[in-house]
Amino acid sequence: MIAIDDYRRVAPPGAVDMLLRLAERARGRRLLHLSGGRFGGGSAEMLHTLVPMMADLGLEATWEITGGDPGYYATVSALRAAVDGAERVLTDEALDHYVEMNRLNAKKIALDADLVLAHDVPPITLIEHRGAQGRWVWVCHSDASGAQRRAWTFLRPSVNQFDAAVFSLPKFGRRLGIPRYVIAPSIDPLSEKNRDLTSREVATVVRSLGVAQDRPILLQVAPLTPAEDPLGVVNAYRLVRKHYNVRLVLAGTSDADGESREMLAELREAASHDDGITVLELPPDAHLQINALQRAATIVLQKSVHEGFGLGAAEAMWKSKPVVGGFAGGLTQQIVYDVTGYTVHSVEGAAFRLRHLLNNPELIARMGAAGREHVRRSFLVTRHLTDYMALLIHLTR
Amino acid sequence: MTTPAPFQFTGCVEVRQALDHRARDERELLDRLEDVPAGSVFYHTHGYFLRHRPVTTAYGNDFAAWVAVHVRDQVLAERLAVINPFEIASLEDLREELMSTIHDHLLRLSTVPRVEFGEVFHFQQSHIVEVPLGAPVTTLAEFRAGLSEVDASAVYFHMVEARSRLGRRSGDFAEWIRDALTMPALAERIERIDAYMTNLERVRARVLSLLDSALEESPA
Repeated sequence: MIAIDDYRRVAPPGAVDMLLRLAERARGRRLLHLSGGRFGGGSAEMLHTLVPMMADLGLEATWEITGGDPGYYATVSALRAAVDGAERVLTDEALDHYVEMNRLNAKKIALDADLVLAHDVPPITLIEHRGAQGRWVWVCHSDASGAQRRAWTFLRPSVNQFDAAVFSLPKFGRRLGIPRYVIAPSIDPLSEKNRDLTSREVATVVRSLGVAQDRPILLQVAPLTPAEDPLGVVNAYRLVRKHYNVRLVLAGTSDADGESREMLAELREAASHDDGITVLELPPDAHLQINALQRAATIVLQKSVHEGFGLGAAEAMWKSKPVVGGFAGGLTQQIVYDVTGYTVHSVEGAAFRLRHLLNNPELIARMGAAGREHVRRSFLVTRHLTDYMALLIHLTR
Repeated sequence: MTTPAPFQFTGCVEVRQALDHRARDERELLDRLEDVPAGSVFYHTHGYFLRHRPVTTAYGNDFAAWVAVHVRDQVLAERLAVINPFEIASLEDLREELMSTIHDHLLRLSTVPRVEFGEVFHFQQSHIVEVPLGAPVTTLAEFRAGLSEVDASAVYFHMVEARSRLGRRSGDFAEWIRDALTMPALAERIERIDAYMTNLERVRARVLSLLDSALEESPA
């Protein structure tokens, strides 16, 4: 069991004391998190860390989930994708069913708290059942700026009944009739994905994945989907390989949709002709493997072309790696250009920056160190929790 | 002899709020600057120092940083970067200085520089949550010990927020040292520290250095 004091050795000086003082101010206030499930990444992964930390700080923090039948989950899934900007068919019947299921959820969940944080799409319409007391905040973990019109037209009246909304970046939000606050996500430095590993542990895990550490490793950890541009990464690697004997490792989960399967086949085809390329399909809970790969890498890529606020860059920087990332989503916030890595707009740009770094190894060490300090100040869970506690105090004073 | 009034170190956390104003080019930046609340001008100028602790403050404020990085207009970026918010008496005067600088720059151009490959500028403002840190101190030695340990946001709160938004023009450190410890010379030296184009840790180090000198000079 990780305690709040354990973060003293990784957080910036004074950060834990700041949390303890904030907790004193917030003590006695009840906090309720609502989300659509306890498993997977995104808000669930974050709440698995934040809720126990809040309890350790003496706050009365609870986490409830909404549920329903397969039709409910199908509509929630479609709405999520539509808020992310994908085109989905949303029938009136499906949307009515979603509202009805949440009406039943409202009967089962005690919704009284001083601050209710409704995470993402599933609990949005629970706002219709709020009591007279307490403040309600909608926390949107995705980029809603390009939400499908039909989905947003349906959700917007409910969202406007909240007292405030939280987005990861100002550009992820949409015009609303309520205040929009900005809280960036974070990584947990003590989790399995980010905790310190010995070089022997790293070597053992990486070897078990079939990756040799005989040459510098270029790594991208990201879903093997078009949005993360793994084919662009392969093309950048090919430009670099003309000058440097390096390995490329592409590791991540894969989607079952046709476009992703086709792309995965292309990646495997590329790997079959080049023993320097390794494609690893990993399960969602391969945290130790990702940790070891990031630590074994020389340079980490995050060449997304469409991105929410994935934290792959922050995870790599926490392991003192320079990051070459796409100019998308939260990557421009995580990567400080020319200080912790580079944001690039093209395959050629990625190849140029990779060569630049490989040709100047002292830069790799310097940017890696700067990246770790940048993450320590801006993207650790201690900062995230501080922001939530400040919001709680601000909204309930 | 009366005991000096104690000094309470106070850290702070920003609750950031996105506004509906945004700019895609330098003309829009000028127009929106006229409309946004004064708190937004404060957030993007003085507030820059609270958020840019780990990396040196290359541009001094968010407007200059955006123009340099996203619009790629180094000329305007340089002109905006040298506007020192700590030397300007009020936020309205600061707003006017920023606007006249952009206006003057645009007069010399035939086209308005705009974002092509970068990001749109999103105006924000912040609400400060104050957090008392540690026990109150009453002597210069206790003050020195406390300052060396507190979260860097306390340096921001007492040196920037107090001066610029709370109307305590000397800053809390200088004010307490002058009024409670009756050490006007030391207070004046602390008040003269230039907090612009540096970071909070360097400001802290400069204050500590002045305190160390004063403690060495003072009778045991």
